[in-house]
Amino acid sequence: MMEITEGSHAVAEAVRLCRPQVIAAYPITPQTHIVEALADMVANCKLDADYITVDSEFSALSACLGASAAGSRTYSATTSQGLALMFEVCFNVAGMRLPIVMSITNRALGAPLSIWNDQQDSISLRDSGWIQFYAEDNQEATDLHIIAYRVAEDFSILLPAFVCFDGFILSHTYEPIDILSQEDVDKFLPKFTPYQRLDAADPISFGMYATPDYYLEFRYETDCALKRAKGVIQKVGKEFGTMFGRDYSALVEGYRLDDAETAIVAMGSICGTVKDAIDEMRDAGKKVGLLKIRVFRPFPDDEIAQALSKVQRVAVLDKDISLGSKGAVALEVRDALYKTGIPVKGYILGLGGRDVRKKDIKEIVSLVEKGIGDQFFGLRKELL
Amino acid sequence: MALAIGCRAKPGKSRDNKTGSWRVFKPIFNHEKCSQCGLCQTICPEGCIHEEEEGFLNPDYTYCKGCGLCSEECPSEAIEMKQEEK
Amino acid sequence: MRELRIHGRGGQGSVTAAELIAIAAFEGGVYVQAFPAFGVERRGAPVQAFVRFDDKKIRKRSQVYEPDYIIVQDSSLIKDVNVFQGVKKGGIVIVNTEKKPDYKVPEGVKLITIDATSIALKALGLPITNTSLMGAFAAATGEIKFSALENALNHRFPKDLAVKNIEAARQAFDTVKRSI
Repeated sequence: MMEITEGSHAVAEAVRLCRPQVIAAYPITPQTHIVEALADMVANCKLDADYITVDSEFSALSACLGASAAGSRTYSATTSQGLALMFEVCFNVAGMRLPIVMSITNRALGAPLSIWNDQQDSISLRDSGWIQFYAEDNQEATDLHIIAYRVAEDFSILLPAFVCFDGFILSHTYEPIDILSQEDVDKFLPKFTPYQRLDAADPISFGMYATPDYYLEFRYETDCALKRAKGVIQKVGKEFGTMFGRDYSALVEGYRLDDAETAIVAMGSICGTVKDAIDEMRDAGKKVGLLKIRVFRPFPDDEIAQALSKVQRVAVLDKDISLGSKGAVALEVRDALYKTGIPVKGYILGLGGRDVRKKDIKEIVSLVEKGIGDQFFGLRKELL
Repeated sequence: MALAIGCRAKPGKSRDNKTGSWRVFKPIFNHEKCSQCGLCQTICPEGCIHEEEEGFLNPDYTYCKGCGLCSEECPSEAIEMKQEEK
Repeated sequence: MRELRIHGRGGQGSVTAAELIAIAAFEGGVYVQAFPAFGVERRGAPVQAFVRFDDKKIRKRSQVYEPDYIIVQDSSLIKDVNVFQGVKKGGIVIVNTEKKPDYKVPEGVKLITIDATSIALKALGLPITNTSLMGAFAAATGEIKFSALENALNHRFPKDLAVKNIEAARQAFDTVKRSI
C-alpha cells in the first residue's frame, strides 16, 4: 500500500519485515530515526528481535559480528564518523563472511564537522569486501534492504552489504512509498539459515589467522565471492521485480541513453535531479543521458562499458574525493572505459551537503562538451 | 585442501602443537621443598602444570616450553631449571 | 510542479505541517515530496520546511528556491529572514499575524494574513499554529481538500487532540474563505 512515509521510517519498516533477530546500533545524525523506530518496534513487541544498546559504533558492529557468527540475521545502521569507527570491524565481518546488512545514511566525514550529505563515508569503505547498494529514492532504499539480505545470505556469496541512501536528502524526506506486506516479504526472503555458526556443542572459530602461505588465497576467494554477487543481484533483483513489480536486476540503469552523445554517470539521490535536467536539455535539443550506478561493489565495469559504448563523452559526478587523486567513481568508470578511448571527466560536487541543482547539471554538461573537467565543481571563489 | 569459508577452524590446535620440543631448560620439581601452594600452576603460561594425588605439582613435559616462570616465582625455591640433554 | 516553503521557528511544528499537507495532498491524487531544511533543530531557531506537488513522480532533490506558496508561521521572522525570497509571480503568501502588514510582498504576489495564534490559543489552549495555517493553506490555494486535511489530522493525533486541531484548521479555513 502506498503511504507518505519518512525515508528513515520506511527503511525501519522494511528492516522489520526482514525479521532481523539481533540489532545493535549507536545513534548518529542522520541515521537516528531508523534506529529509534526499530528500538520502538522491539519495545512494543512489533518486532521479535534482541536490540543491543552499545557504547559506540565499534561495539555495535562487533556485537553484530558475534550475533551473526552465532547464527542470527543481524542488522545495524550508521553513517560518517560512526562508519569510520567501524572500519576495523567492517574488514573482519567481510573476512569472516558474515551476511550482515547495514544501512548507511550517507554523510560527510570530519574535520571540519559536517552532519550533511555526501558519499565519502561508504566510498571510503570500498575496499572492505562489503556489497554496496546506492538508492535514488526512498522506494529503492526500502526495497534494496530486502534484496540485500537475499544476496548477502546466498551460500555462494556470504558477504555483508551496505544499503546507502543520502542522509537528510532521502532519510528525512516524506514521499509516497509502497511498503510490502509481511506475507509478501516472507515469500521472497526465507527464514535465515546460517551457512555455519558458533555452537558450544560443536565448537569452531571464525577468522583464524592465516600465515603468508594462506592469506593471499583468502583475499582472492573473498574477491571472487564479491564478484559472483553480480549474478546473484541480477537474479534476485529480477525475482523481486516479478513478485512486486519493481525490477532491480540491473547493476546500472540508463536514462535516455540510447542516442545520447553525452552521458552523465552518478549514484544516489542526485540521479533524480539529473533526470529532470536531462529532460529539459533534451527539450532544448541536447542529446544527454544518465547512467545511474546502483551497485558500486561489486563494481559493474563490463556493464558500464556496454551501456556507454556509443557515447562520445562521459561526465562522472562524485560526492566524494580520494584526496590527492580524484573522485572514486570517476577513476573506476575511466578504468571501465579504458579500452574504448571515450573521454571521461570527473566532477567533485555536493560535498558536505552543498545543494546540487538542475542548472549545475547543465553547466557540467557544457563543461564536458568543451573537454573541461577533473575538477571540483561549484567552488565559491570568494572564499578561496 | 580447500580453504574454509570465513577462515573457520576447529578447536584443539594448541593440544596438537606439542611445544615441549621447544625446551632448552627443563624445570625439575623438588617435592621435598614444595609447600603445595599452587603458584606454579597459576602462573604457567602453557597451563601444563597439574596436581598429583598427594597434592604435589608436576609439569607435563609434552607441552612445557621451559620458560622458567614457575622456577622464578616458586616461594620455596623448589623448582630448578636444568639444561636438557637432547 | 508547485512548491511550498514554510518558515517557522523550531518547535512550532513546521515539519509536521509539511508532512501533513503532503499526506492530505496525496489523498487528493497528486504526487508529493516533503522535507525539512536539514540540520537546524533547535527550539526557537528559524527553520524551514518544504512541500512539492506534481501530477507525476517527483524526482528533483534540490532545495526549493522559487516557491509558489509561502507560509510564515511567525511574523517576527520577517525582520530576520528574507521570507519572501524567490516567490513566483502569481504566488500566495500566508502570514500568521494579528497586525496590519508593515511590509510589502513582491509584485504580483498575493498576501493573506491570518491571526492563527488566537485561533490556536482558543481551540488548543496552546500557541501551536501549524494546524490552523494548514486550514488557511487549504482555503487559499486549493492544493488540499479540507476533508483530506481532516483525515490526515485524525490519522496523526489521538482523538481528543485531533478534534481540537480540526477545529483550529476549520476556523482558519473559514476565515480565509470569507476574506477571498
